Amino acid sequence: MIWILLALAVVIFLVVVSYINRIILLGNRVDNAWSQIDVQLKKRVDLVPNLVETVKGYMKHEKDAISAVTKARERMLGAKTDEDRLKANSQIAGALKTIFALAENYPNLKANENFMMLQEELSAVENKIAYSRQFYNDSILMYNNLVSTFPGVIFAGIIGKEKKKHLEITAEERKPVKVKF
Amino acid sequence: MDRLNVQDEISRNKFKSLVLVGIVFLSLIFLAYAIAQFYDPASAYLFVTVALIFSLLFTIFSYYYSDKIVLASVRARPANKKEHAYLVNVVEELALAAGISAPKIYVIDSDEINAFATGRNYEHGVICVTSGLMNILNRSELEGVIAHEMSHIKNYDVRFATLVAVMVGMIIIISDLFRRSLWFGGGRSRDRDNKGGGILQIVGLVFLILAPIFVKLIQLAISRKREYLADSNGAFLTRYPEGLASALEKIKKNNKGELKVSRAVASLFIANPFSAKKVAEMISTHPDIDSRIKKLRSM
Repeated sequence: MIWILLALAVVIFLVVVSYINRIILLGNRVDNAWSQIDVQLKKRVDLVPNLVETVKGYMKHEKDAISAVTKARERMLGAKTDEDRLKANSQIAGALKTIFALAENYPNLKANENFMMLQEELSAVENKIAYSRQFYNDSILMYNNLVSTFPGVIFAGIIGKEKKKHLEITAEERKPVKVKF
Repeated sequence: MDRLNVQDEISRNKFKSLVLVGIVFLSLIFLAYAIAQFYDPASAYLFVTVALIFSLLFTIFSYYYSDKIVLASVRARPANKKEHAYLVNVVEELALAAGISAPKIYVIDSDEINAFATGRNYEHGVICVTSGLMNILNRSELEGVIAHEMSHIKNYDVRFATLVAVMVGMIIIISDLFRRSLWFGGGRSRDRDNKGGGILQIVGLVFLILAPIFVKLIQLAISRKREYLADSNGAFLTRYPEGLASALEKIKKNNKGELKVSRAVASLFIANPFSAKKVAEMISTHPDIDSRIKKLRSM
């Protein structure tokens, strides 16, 4: 009898451990996914001044568009919360799109090797942000499913883990980007 | 839901790799025994002992070096950020989408459009593309192809497929060698007239001839399904099935079957590297391109 109880205790212990480990593992993955997004956001912030420098000489009549990028970047650097950062981020994205659309009118700029390199890098960063957000949201979905369904919800309660929030697309991002000419 | 599928696929591939290694290991020992029975039954123990040591070394070597063997056999060279910025960026993007560390990138100089992935785990993933692929495909098509390869890595398909390519490829070579020596110099043993080993000799011989075909058939059975699976998982990564569909269309139109690679590694490629005529001769290792395009377009 005692042995059966002991075996039962061992099995229960193993189940609890595996569930708790899984919750922690998936939680870490979510955090790691967020830091991947952050890396890309920082990279973009670093690339923007180079772009402004390159573009300034060619696009003399587009001061508004250029200052929009610079302002969005400053807002990003000053952002305190993750939410602020994401908002500033979508502003940068919009401002950059305007710059690249306007660049179509400047053949000399478009032929500039530095500009072409920056355009490739910035569009790659844009894609990387989109893909790492996609992975972040997928990871969160998995994590939330685990901590909100039975029996995961019990173990999550024991170690004090809760559901995490998805990254919503901001209202600004949902709007098509307006390009002023 | 997707998570479960990927997880299942990973365990299945790890298990299959283990089974493959086991089968090859035992086959080699049995092969040695058969050869011993054929030439000199008295030294069977010696043969088997040597085979045991050899198989052990071979298995360990295959596990750690098969990706390098494959890359060397197709004469691929490492890509660099300067020359292939575009390709490197796309690979880094899709590694983020898949949530794995960015694989190493290699390039084969060829006008054909083709690509494959190899490696043994996430940390040792490799994606290899032809220069033709970079020149002819546009960005969304390139993303489609790279996403397909990324799913092979994510699913652990690469471990199994690379092991198959190298271990099975090696078996083909070894049994070919034995068969050749049988045609040219094997006459002597027949004069010895060994009745005791007669049946085993025949069994061994049949096995020798059948083994490569048998393992090849296993390889064929798998690769068709895993291509479809990587197609759909890749489309899930980019959320844009049309990219890969249109890339496959270009592959169909452009490729002439001029990529010079060994038959052993052909199954790794996204599209069969051989021409339709050759494929018909040796049984296709890949599903029909048209049906793959159709499946992608109906997603």
